[in-house]
Amino acid sequence: MFRLEPRGERSAFWTYGSPVLAVALTILTMGIIFAMMGAPPVTAIETFLISPITSVAGLSALAVRAAPLIMIGVGLAFCYRANVWNIGGDGQFTLGAIAGGGLALFFPNEAFWWFYPLVLVTGILGGMAWAAIVAELKLRFNANEILTSLMLVYIAQLVLVWLVTGPWRDPHGFGFPQSAMFSAEATTPMIISGTSIHLGCLLAPLLAIALWQVMARSVLGFQLRVVGQAPRAARYAGFSNTRLTWIALLVSGGLSGLAGIIEVTGPVGQLTTSITPGYGFTAVIVAFLGRLHPLGVIFAGLLLALSYLGGDAAQINLNLPNAITGIFQGVLLFYLLGADILILYRLKRVRPAAPVMKAS
Amino acid sequence: MDAPVSPPTPAPPTDPLLVLRGIVKQFPGCLANDHVDLTVGHHEIHALLGENGAGKSTLVKIIYGVMKPDAGTITWDGKNVTIANPAQARALGIGMVFQHFSLFEALTVAENIALGLNNPEDRVGLYDRIVDISTRYGLPLDPKRAVHDLSVGERQRIEIVRCLLQNPKLLIMDEPTSVLTPQEVQKLFGTLRRLAAEGCSILYISHKLEEIRALCERATIMRLGKVTAHCIPAEKTARELAELMISAKLKTQNFGGRAESTQPPRLVLDRLTIRSNQPFGTDLKDISFAVAPGEILGIAGIAGNGQTELMEALSGEIPAGSPKNILLDGIEIGHEGPMARRKLGCCALPEERNGHGAVGGMTLSENGFLSANLRGALQRLGLINRKRTREFAASVIERFDVRTTGPEAEARSLSGGNLQKFLIGREVVQQPGVLILSQPTWGVDAGAAAAIYEALVALAEGGTAIVIISQDLDEILMLCDRIAVIAAGRVSAPVKVKDATIEQIGLLMGGSQHEELAHVPA
Repeated sequence: MFRLEPRGERSAFWTYGSPVLAVALTILTMGIIFAMMGAPPVTAIETFLISPITSVAGLSALAVRAAPLIMIGVGLAFCYRANVWNIGGDGQFTLGAIAGGGLALFFPNEAFWWFYPLVLVTGILGGMAWAAIVAELKLRFNANEILTSLMLVYIAQLVLVWLVTGPWRDPHGFGFPQSAMFSAEATTPMIISGTSIHLGCLLAPLLAIALWQVMARSVLGFQLRVVGQAPRAARYAGFSNTRLTWIALLVSGGLSGLAGIIEVTGPVGQLTTSITPGYGFTAVIVAFLGRLHPLGVIFAGLLLALSYLGGDAAQINLNLPNAITGIFQGVLLFYLLGADILILYRLKRVRPAAPVMKAS
Repeated sequence: MDAPVSPPTPAPPTDPLLVLRGIVKQFPGCLANDHVDLTVGHHEIHALLGENGAGKSTLVKIIYGVMKPDAGTITWDGKNVTIANPAQARALGIGMVFQHFSLFEALTVAENIALGLNNPEDRVGLYDRIVDISTRYGLPLDPKRAVHDLSVGERQRIEIVRCLLQNPKLLIMDEPTSVLTPQEVQKLFGTLRRLAAEGCSILYISHKLEEIRALCERATIMRLGKVTAHCIPAEKTARELAELMISAKLKTQNFGGRAESTQPPRLVLDRLTIRSNQPFGTDLKDISFAVAPGEILGIAGIAGNGQTELMEALSGEIPAGSPKNILLDGIEIGHEGPMARRKLGCCALPEERNGHGAVGGMTLSENGFLSANLRGALQRLGLINRKRTREFAASVIERFDVRTTGPEAEARSLSGGNLQKFLIGREVVQQPGVLILSQPTWGVDAGAAAAIYEALVALAEGGTAIVIISQDLDEILMLCDRIAVIAAGRVSAPVKVKDATIEQIGLLMGGSQHEELAHVPA
């Protein structure tokens, strides 16, 4: 029999060991699931996790998928450090796409050099505005941000559907629920010709590094960490909880919005009803798998981007359902949260206790 | 205090009630009990004496079945036993009154007691039995009252009555007097002597030497997890007991008695009235006092009388109703938050270290930055100046002899006393004009406490006005120039420590707040 015993301190080894253990257990479990679905486990795992990145095209697809995950994930990590649990990244992503995309659609012929930056800024403001609702509800009415941010995801989704099936539908689009394509001036620039690697793939890691520096070196980052770890100590030090909550939500909302506008003006090219395969939710896993550390988020973003590619590959080559991606992500989060217990506890083998004296 | 009442002398049973032999308990990084022996006889009030961290609490948790020893034997009434859990301990006849009560504030006395009973049938006639036991042992208690209306002393009585309902043969009391007024202490002692006379032995844990000399027949003294002596406390002086308890020789230093200042006060509270921000908190009512440069003012009082609120009102965590309510060197600061107050020279340190005065998961450097970023100029253009921050922490560590691996050690890796030295040092090094401290030596060993006292006195001599909010009366009497008492959210007019008597202070602490300290007939 085993028993969990408190360590009394955080284990440095398991802080970083637990994600590794979680990934290993996930791969093992996926093998079993593949076998149960009738696919040879080793081949399936190879198809799912390795084959997608054995070509230049695969690697660039990985970068394109990872960019939004890293951008949203790093914002969420920032937010979670401050103990603000924004899980509405998908909604802020969508609002960013709507705001910036709307600007691009209204001015299809603008050719100023600063038009595209303006579209990006509008996207950021859209994401911020959506997160601002969460902040206001939390601070004014003490409404739980997990619930409000999640519900706002569905509202954002429905607003998008209404726009692309109604006022913003492309008149020449044969009735499909989608907007017109964005103009060349409002399209994410490619940074490596011959691949699909766009500006976002460069921005995402740069933003992660920038936020890492903010967390580690700035007074603001320090205040966020204090408010997250010990709210009373933050009050004692005089750090304003209101201000920090606003900043945490605006930064994560803005980054989600930026990811959204880059995604629609880049890989997607127009507004449609399905601009995100749940990036905002996957980014929650990315943030935790990356230990809420911006650099960890880069690696976690790449791994989870791979799960999207692997799902496609498994569908094409092995006839497995695309739901494999969701299962992989779910199993990974499950093991990660489970393995995290080893940070504060150790497993101890205990012998069956000797029969205790029964008192009167 | 009364001389100990000698127990009645029935023929002593052959076996002692409880015998511990060679108890060992190892925690990660600390040997809490190192081959501890303890014998408690029938009818005996036995003291377990030691500083915080000596291993007393661990030992009684082992006796009460909360923890299991790694080695050693427990003999109860002549039989070897293993005590696996508190329910089993209670079944054997061991009761325990913890230092921190476990009571539901919203429920009545009787409901709270009923919740603690092992057997539902015991609830039959509970009211009558509560009244019966509480009158028999001088523990007046109304079973119908809601707990949140009761004083701390009354709450303790609930815990004692809860134990007595089980007819214990051994009652363990963990620091029972730390929350009581001197009058309540005398009443409690009467109850305990009576219990012992009727056959219930008592294991009395404390570090208050005079109490132990007055109450206990025998004592076991612990230091750093080991037993240093078994003795009869009445035969030792308090000083001798103290020296057995602590490693260093006690300094017989009286810190008070500085020359009176004629300069204008640095801190003035003018009719400060604040509503508590906690559900069962205490509102502050009409508090006025002034503290002169170089003066140390002690605010005594029993826990839960508004100390937390007063601390937060002074530190700026709860802003005052009007800027005029608090003056710092003549400047109105009632409306300012902690940062502005610190900038103007008013520093504070609350009693709770973990998660309030310090962040356990952060390094000492970061914890230094927490309160000293402005006065220590540890930041520039919104960025942390890491070099200066590290140097600041290192200077505090060196000046206050903090035992740690260095500025990058996590705060939670330090012992309570060492962390407290670091935190007090952090405030002292900032050279504040006014310093507010709550329970500055709470959970701190005597050596660290002496270092803290010396630092505070040196700071006061430099012209700082210091306010110490403390439940430790001895500390206030030793350290402070003047003393005031907080009771039910009101603060009495301060008087000079040398003019105050324990009886007056006790009366004020007990809540006779309508009369000012100076007018109470001695």
